[in-house]
Amino acid sequence: MFFLSIYYNLIKRLQLISNTYSISQYRKWWGTGMLKKSSRYQYIGLVYLLPWLIGLLIFQLYPFLMSFYYSLTDYNMVNSPKFIGFSNYIKIFTEDNQFVQSLKITGIYVLMAVPLKLTFALLVAVILSAKLKGINFFRTIYYLPSILGGSVAISVLWRFLFAKDGVINSLTAKLGIPAVDWLGNPDISLFTIGLLTVWQFGSSMVLFLAGLQQIPSELYEAASIDGASKVRIFFKVTVPLLTPIVLFNVVMQMINAFQEFTGAFVITNGGPMKSTFLYALKVYEEAFTFFKMGYASALSWILFIIIMVIAAIIFTTSNRWVHYEDGEKR
Amino acid sequence: MSIVSKNKVFTYIFLIILGIIMVYPLIWLFVSSFKTNQDIFGSSSLLAKTYVFDSYLKGWRGNGIYGFDIFFGNSFKLVIPTVIFTMISSVFVGYGFARFKMPFGTILFSLMMATLMLPDATILIPRYILFNKLGWLDTYLPFIVPAIFACNAFFIYLMIQFFRGLPRDLDESAKIDGCNSFGILIRILIPLCKPALFSIGIFQFIWTWNDFFNSIIYISSVKNFTVSLGLRMTLDAASAVSWNQVLAMSVLSALPCILIFFFAQKYFVEGIATTGLKG
Repeated sequence: MFFLSIYYNLIKRLQLISNTYSISQYRKWWGTGMLKKSSRYQYIGLVYLLPWLIGLLIFQLYPFLMSFYYSLTDYNMVNSPKFIGFSNYIKIFTEDNQFVQSLKITGIYVLMAVPLKLTFALLVAVILSAKLKGINFFRTIYYLPSILGGSVAISVLWRFLFAKDGVINSLTAKLGIPAVDWLGNPDISLFTIGLLTVWQFGSSMVLFLAGLQQIPSELYEAASIDGASKVRIFFKVTVPLLTPIVLFNVVMQMINAFQEFTGAFVITNGGPMKSTFLYALKVYEEAFTFFKMGYASALSWILFIIIMVIAAIIFTTSNRWVHYEDGEKR
Repeated sequence: MSIVSKNKVFTYIFLIILGIIMVYPLIWLFVSSFKTNQDIFGSSSLLAKTYVFDSYLKGWRGNGIYGFDIFFGNSFKLVIPTVIFTMISSVFVGYGFARFKMPFGTILFSLMMATLMLPDATILIPRYILFNKLGWLDTYLPFIVPAIFACNAFFIYLMIQFFRGLPRDLDESAKIDGCNSFGILIRILIPLCKPALFSIGIFQFIWTWNDFFNSIIYISSVKNFTVSLGLRMTLDAASAVSWNQVLAMSVLSALPCILIFFFAQKYFVEGIATTGLKG
């Protein structure tokens, strides 16, 4: 029920976002369609939804529920699942030191990578939205890393760039900065993986840019006629109108960052000294190296609950900082 | 110089420096695929003293038994059906959501949006067990079949938003001319949907092509490896002799996505702007 209410909250917000940012045509018919309760249902629509409904049941709902069931069992894929109650959870919280470690570094990773990436994306988007020549060129260049970011090729590249005798250290040596062991030092390795995420700020930037272009220019004109300074306009007009997009970005990036896998797996393989052993690697190891499916399911449910709680917190506080076009606070 | 133009100069300097930081790694990757080991490590200059040109050919051959010809073939066998089925299923489901008033319509829509937020990690293990029971492990069916059943809510939402932007009068007039709902979709709406369809195809291509997590879980034998897995294997196997081969294959594996990006970038931006969700 708790999760349903979070979801319900999200949907409401999404509809507000689409109200704000999509074509008014849609608003017209959707609005009237919802009001006319008396009109007949068009059952043929369900036929079009059928593939999705089947997929939802088989590939999403069923695995979702089974995941909880498996988390209460001891299951190694050879013998049939043995029901053991909450033993997996108890073991995770009381005996598994790796769990605490991987949760801790995943938390640090999320707190570091997501705000850095989004702040940067917003800043660059605002700079690009000023009507300068060649914006399309810069947008393309900045977006390019997002296309490739999650791939093994880029992880390979990162491993070379940040090697102890790699390019980054050679370049900084020229500036007189002492060499840093980017991937070998347990205090820094997580940061190096995080840099890979921040490097992909382009996708969020494009989203912010799209939002910025929707802000009516009359608002800016009105504000400057009233004598507001540029900084003031930024904080009082631009930022508030972008907050729905910021909210959505924060939530989605948070969810993705909690599940980050490829970079940490290919670049450092969780090391050195488990300093980049992110939560997804932990789940992967338990499930596909040790084939402890029940235990790994319990881990994945803990992750699910953590993500949902954080999403709930973000949504609850968003009442205070997210601004909707119709001026209603929800 | 006035303050305004001074500001402009600073802005451009910032944008250019940032641009260099963003693309430099990629340029380095390309140039270094022709370098020798001595120049790859311990050198700050982009250019090298000597270049070698056999890295691509040697890297392409892989370990002698399975080369990148097989890995690329496999990747296309996986990606192309996934992309095509995603496009088809998203159009139908998006049409259903956008144009019909159904019982529980709002609840179904909410459910669909909720799956957008459902972390993949949560459903991963039961899915693996399910695919194992179905005998689909080490095949590409775990990628293709969910695509047939429109399992990616992002693409459905993209289609819904696009359909909502198309005027309903089109449907109405076709209906008067005797078109049924399927005819309206096929004859009237799909031709107008080309930009959205392109966006879906491109995003799905890139995400599936770059996917590593699902590939490493579902595909186990080397003969079925995709480019991502093959590349990872090369990286692990490469002794200190052949770093340039690893870099060369990295370049090749990134090439399809880069090409698509440059030829179709307008659709990226449109896709993102339509949904306002992610990219």
